[in-house]
Amino acid sequence: MNAISVQDIKRSYGKVEALRGLNFEVDKGEIFGIIGPDGAGKTTLFRILTTLLLADSGTALVDGNDVVKEYKEIRKKIGYMPGRFSLYQDLTVEENLKVFAAIFNTTIEDNYHLIKDIYQQIEPFKNRRAGALSGGMKQKLALCCTLIHEPVVLFLDEPTTGVDPVSRKELWAMLKKLKKEGITIMVSTPYMDEASLCDRIALIQDGAFMKIDAPENIVNAFDQKLWAVRSAEMSRLLKDLRANAEIKSSFAFGDTHHITVGSLSQGQLETYLKDKGHKDIFIEPIKAGIEDCFMELSSAS
Amino acid sequence: MKVIETRDLTKRFGSFTAVDAISFEVGQGEIFGFLGANGAGKTTAMRMLCGLSKPTSGYGQVAGFDVTKNPEKIKKSIGYMSQKFSLYEDLKVWENLRLFGGIYGVPEKEINPRIDQLLETLGFESEKNTMVKELPLGWKQKLSFSTAIFHEPKIVFLDEPTGGVDPAARRQFWELIYDAADRGITVFVTTHYMDEAEYCDRVSIMVDGRIDALDSPGNLKKYFKVESMDEVFFQLARGAKAKE
Repeated sequence: MNAISVQDIKRSYGKVEALRGLNFEVDKGEIFGIIGPDGAGKTTLFRILTTLLLADSGTALVDGNDVVKEYKEIRKKIGYMPGRFSLYQDLTVEENLKVFAAIFNTTIEDNYHLIKDIYQQIEPFKNRRAGALSGGMKQKLALCCTLIHEPVVLFLDEPTTGVDPVSRKELWAMLKKLKKEGITIMVSTPYMDEASLCDRIALIQDGAFMKIDAPENIVNAFDQKLWAVRSAEMSRLLKDLRANAEIKSSFAFGDTHHITVGSLSQGQLETYLKDKGHKDIFIEPIKAGIEDCFMELSSAS
Repeated sequence: MKVIETRDLTKRFGSFTAVDAISFEVGQGEIFGFLGANGAGKTTAMRMLCGLSKPTSGYGQVAGFDVTKNPEKIKKSIGYMSQKFSLYEDLKVWENLRLFGGIYGVPEKEINPRIDQLLETLGFESEKNTMVKELPLGWKQKLSFSTAIFHEPKIVFLDEPTGGVDPAARRQFWELIYDAADRGITVFVTTHYMDEAEYCDRVSIMVDGRIDALDSPGNLKKYFKVESMDEVFFQLARGAKAKE
């Protein structure tokens, strides 16, 4: 039995089709990433699977239970961390945790092993009101509250949005540990560099999946010739690359520009850029990353 | 003249020092990345530079005005865009621009021609009469940036401007930033995307209220002997975490 099984889920808000018929399955113990920009439909999907929103059509099972008919069963055994902080701001760290444990008929002591690593980092502040915590600490408390009843499937909607790179790495390290405990994790993110930390990912845009696969398979399936290009004047370089008809796409990527090319040779490009007066020219064929794949897939669709 | 200049700029809340004697300068037309972990003091520092919060001690000038003595003059000389944008959803595209132009005192006669020119540059003429709430996120972001610089300020402050948009829109947005800088507008930007740190002329990294590093991305990578800004950030911020 799959942890999550979704068939042809559709959902519209008025004229806007938020989800256009999604199909996918998540294995038990898998970290499954939903990767895509704001407005792609990520939160709508989470709310349907956590039984908080009804789909217009299609069926979905979570841990074998139907999200419509057996929603009460599902609510008992999943953990859901919404993108927006939704704990009680006026209660302390410890009080929040106790409330969530009590709601699920358990105690902090019973499942302390699950939250220990995370909770120890915020325990020095256990008497502080949740509303007065820093962003990173709020996130950790929310994760503890989500875990306190030992859920079988964990739904995390953009847990790393607006979080600094160091705290993001810490959060992903925690998810790896939870996976070892056998918990299935469905997690969404707008940060493409986090895709490689998932077992499988779905790239979502405009309510439809463009691709579902292991991150390395998606990267290996990239079939364009991709080069990294640099010169002393990066801003002008981008304009000159765009002006060359032989170059299919050019985008800034950190300290280089990434371009996809057809039959153009490296030598030809170098000559072209030299003629335009560029200095310190650097051109190198590279392997695509998830972000390259996302842009290629979305421009094709 | 430097567009931003601070010496030992400090902000304390009770016994907590949020910004701890930071000193730095930003030149005209520079793209300056202001990085740091959550809680490192970026927002507090930025609020002081925008004239929204009085420093506890130290000196700062922005666009030629003292942050302690002349905060109101600073507000008129800068543009500001936050992650949440500040557009009026129930106004049309041109009405938003018209409103911000008026607020910042752009001469009446210049507003309409400037709106038309701006929309043409953005390739956005067809949406002139569209309600802002109907725009896709990527376009809201571009419009939000355009309203922030509509009055051609000396400096624009961007607080995590690219969160949540798709990769192509994120890059198009940076091209607008480049264009503004080419026109001489100084860009002061915070981001959690480390690839975007590479697009800045210089970046500073705040740790526990102090500026622990400030240089061009290339020099920082050389200094820390690493390949990416991500690793530079990780090395610096990890030191702070160890003390927590």
